[in-house]
Amino acid sequence: MSVEWYLVVSALVFSIGAGGILIRRNPLVILLCLELMLNAGNLALVAFARAHGNQDGHIFALIVMVVAACEVAVGLGLIVAIYRRRLPIDVDELRELQG
Amino acid sequence: MAEVFFFLGAIGALAGAIGTVALRNPFYSVLALVVHLLSLAALFLLLRAEFVAAAQVIVYVGAVMVLYLFVVAYVGGGADPISTAGRPSLRWASALFAGALFIELSIAILGSGLSILGEEGTGWFEGFGTPSEIGRLLLTDFLLAFELASILLLVAAVGAVILARRRTGLEDQREISVGDLMRTGSRDQLTGGEAGTMIEAEGPPGR
Repeated sequence: MSVEWYLVVSALVFSIGAGGILIRRNPLVILLCLELMLNAGNLALVAFARAHGNQDGHIFALIVMVVAACEVAVGLGLIVAIYRRRLPIDVDELRELQG
Repeated sequence: MAEVFFFLGAIGALAGAIGTVALRNPFYSVLALVVHLLSLAALFLLLRAEFVAAAQVIVYVGAVMVLYLFVVAYVGGGADPISTAGRPSLRWASALFAGALFIELSIAILGSGLSILGEEGTGWFEGFGTPSEIGRLLLTDFLLAFELASILLLVAAVGAVILARRRTGLEDQREISVGDLMRTGSRDQLTGGEAGTMIEAEGPPGR
């Protein structure tokens, strides 16, 4: 399979993730859609690494995974903090930035 | 044969992605994302990225998704309506934006004139993407990125603990935390202390 098939799949997954971030209102699902977009980037990186025979793309994908794990940890911590304050789990209603 | 596996993996990845966005229950969204990640791991294997595929399965499907499932179970995210009552137009605009983004990305990729497009790539060699090669690269060429990633993980772990800490007082006065136990050393003075993060693990002392 040539590399552009993988790139088109990557673009599709990225677009689905971006649309999901705009459509959904639950912050948990928004985090999931962020994961979709990060994984689409990973797929493109690994596809280019395979095409060029250069393993630097693999390292890049692994570092992206680490950053995604950090983002998940902080994001889920925020959601748990919102839940503890009895606030609605809904990004449309969380509009005020007061502590 | 590789084409069959590619289309199986691609269909699985796309179905998982659509399910993540479209399913109403967040629990099912997480499960759909697990399907997506497993299909993506199969695609990584097709691209000879053995170590990345293994890390994908172990780190994402094994650890991160379990974390998601715990938080969904804790928050109790019931089925929430995807679209609000009075704004179906915003939803259609979002879908339109996603379609336009895909078209733009496709034009940008396929029209870029990269010489690598249209061929499978010839650079594969023996040992490509194996753990030993990845480890050698991480400890030689990319040592700084490796160390920075470890520092970032530490900062994120500490930040998550501080964010999810219970700030107000205890709901149940009998609950104690490990921090209180270490501070006073005696269980008699622990009733009014500030809450730590291990309350759920500890529970009331009489349990």
